[in-house]
Amino acid sequence: MEKFLNYTSVVIPIDRSNVDTDAIIPKQFLKSVERSGFGDNLFDEWRYLDQGEPGQDCSGRPLNSDFILNKKAYRDGRILLARENFGCGSSREHAVWALRDFGIKTVIAGSYADIFFNNCFKNGVLPISLPSADIETLFNQDGESGPFSMEIDLERQTATAESGQVYRFEMDAFKKQCLLEGLDDIALTLQHEGDIAAYEERRMKEVPWLFEDLGA
Amino acid sequence: MTGKTLYDKLWEQHLVRESEDGTALIYIDLQLLHEVTSAQAFAGLRDAARLPRRKAANLAVADHNVPTTDRSAGIADPIARLQVETLDRNCEEFGITEFSMADPRQGIVHVVGPEQGATQPGMTIVCGDSHTATHGALGALAFGIGTSEVEHVLATQCLVARKMKNMRINLNGTLPESIVSKDMILAVIGLIGTSGGTGYAIEFAGSAVKSASMEARMTLCNMAIEAGARSGLVGVDETTVAYLKGRPYAPQDGAFDRAQNYWLEMVTDADAEFDKEYHLDVSSLRPQVTWGTSPEMVVSVDDAIPDPADAPDQTRQGDWTRALEYMDLTPGTRINAIELDKVFIGACTNGRIEDLRAAAKVASGRKVAQNIKQALVVPGSGLVKIQAEAEGLDKIFTDAGFEWREPGCSMCLAMNADRLEPGERCAATSNRNFEGRQGYGGRTHLVSPSMAAAAAIAGRFADPNQL
Ligand code: SF4
Repeated sequence: MEKFLNYTSVVIPIDRSNVDTDAIIPKQFLKSVERSGFGDNLFDEWRYLDQGEPGQDCSGRPLNSDFILNKKAYRDGRILLARENFGCGSSREHAVWALRDFGIKTVIAGSYADIFFNNCFKNGVLPISLPSADIETLFNQDGESGPFSMEIDLERQTATAESGQVYRFEMDAFKKQCLLEGLDDIALTLQHEGDIAAYEERRMKEVPWLFEDLGA
Repeated sequence: MTGKTLYDKLWEQHLVRESEDGTALIYIDLQLLHEVTSAQAFAGLRDAARLPRRKAANLAVADHNVPTTDRSAGIADPIARLQVETLDRNCEEFGITEFSMADPRQGIVHVVGPEQGATQPGMTIVCGDSHTATHGALGALAFGIGTSEVEHVLATQCLVARKMKNMRINLNGTLPESIVSKDMILAVIGLIGTSGGTGYAIEFAGSAVKSASMEARMTLCNMAIEAGARSGLVGVDETTVAYLKGRPYAPQDGAFDRAQNYWLEMVTDADAEFDKEYHLDVSSLRPQVTWGTSPEMVVSVDDAIPDPADAPDQTRQGDWTRALEYMDLTPGTRINAIELDKVFIGACTNGRIEDLRAAAKVASGRKVAQNIKQALVVPGSGLVKIQAEAEGLDKIFTDAGFEWREPGCSMCLAMNADRLEPGERCAATSNRNFEGRQGYGGRTHLVSPSMAAAAAIAGRFADPNQL
């Protein structure tokens, strides 16, 4: 995983709560056995006027010009702004892969669904939660004065708007370290092999039937 | 000292280590795998030259992409076929047990686990699928994970996690005729909202849960995720133990007795405290129907479509307006006046034998209405199908004009050929009514199996008791 570095980018506001993973990446694109290549189909049903199919060249598809990702000023944005319960629905990591492949590195929302939230960290995407009053301010800022940029500083846990307004966000220390250092958490877990083996040995005595083979 | 909740007990028993900041490593007893969320995990394993730590702690089955019509010709869609074949190949390469498409035990992963007795009380169970919550009905800590975590569990048999908070939802009273656990869970989601359970493990308790069958409890836990919770739980009792007896993967003979003693401890202590509790009296519950594009947008069959002007806040006003536009509905329309195009009975929510019995009871001796273009019944597994056929349910359905299909996820998410066409309106026993969920531009209303059958007969929503 790539290290998460500070950056500044325009903010893409999607003024909805409960943005679900079916909306982020519709199911037909889940048939892929690859881990990348989902960016063109991010928000497919909102972004295009026709029905998308996997493996299709999206460059000629009719665009929904009202949808924010199709507006020139936002197209290169790397920060997505939304309201409560972002990423609810299915566990599909493809939703995060689609955001990442499109170039989104940070989501700022009121809250997240748990599985989506976890999936972000496995792919170098930073999900920031802010109080709803701050979310409101950010939406208003875009509404009143148009597209604006923010600087994301993970080390200091701040998102700073062009206006100079600084938003501090909370962050789990372990997850922060994994993002900053781009760590592979399987390798980290395997460092605790001794603990895992000791646990298994103890459990095998207590609940031996859980260690029997699931034969065919 | 206060007592422990069922969740506390499950968590503690699976703790391998815990850091000061609360980040923990927990042990996973069983991982279920399906074709959509596992290919990239196996590829990751292969790239890093790693092997599954305990291949026997995994069980795989293809369900999302499989056709529900004649399977002898295989899967027509080449991309879906590749995904299913990739699962077959991965299981073979890594030595993981898989129920292939031709195996009578094949079915939706969350129907198959409990049915086989692979799901057991006191376990931790994960799957790259959010409806893994279903398995909590047996007193197991079960939750959905992403593909990177699937790989993590394959490689280490553990997951990095943090403890969730405890919520209890008390459902008391006796359910009226034809009102089932699907109505209860929809009412709960209407009450607490789709993010009401975020960060919690939800335990369902109360007399209406105590008296519920295992199938009904699974429906409750299945939709814990629609209430925002990764896990749903029901404490173990005699009903749970009786359900497990004789299942192929459950412990047998002496081991069963020993296991049973352990299982019966999988309950919340009388003096345990919850971070949050809700109470709902279900004695006068009415059939529930969702009207919008989020499961929390739910009313009863006697109600009307709400007016966004009455929404509790501005954000929801916007959400409701957009939902009504997508659903092509106007405020004030009576629910029982809404006409339907299709009906879908199945999914991991309501594809078990009891669900099919309930639907068949309503359909028996009646005919699907003229305006219904298609009414599908898709059993949750091959064994459910065999059982239903032994009881003659398939005959009841086909006589009434329903189609009787092979097991799989089918029109729950329309990854196979079963889907809604743009603009079509469907009464579905599945769990999600998101935009496009059942097909591009399709409109989904979530209901119980009895209600779905009643809707097929009436051609519109109707109280199953008043057909
Ligand atoms: S039936 Fe639907 S909800 Fe259940 S596992 Fe299949 S796709 Fe997911």
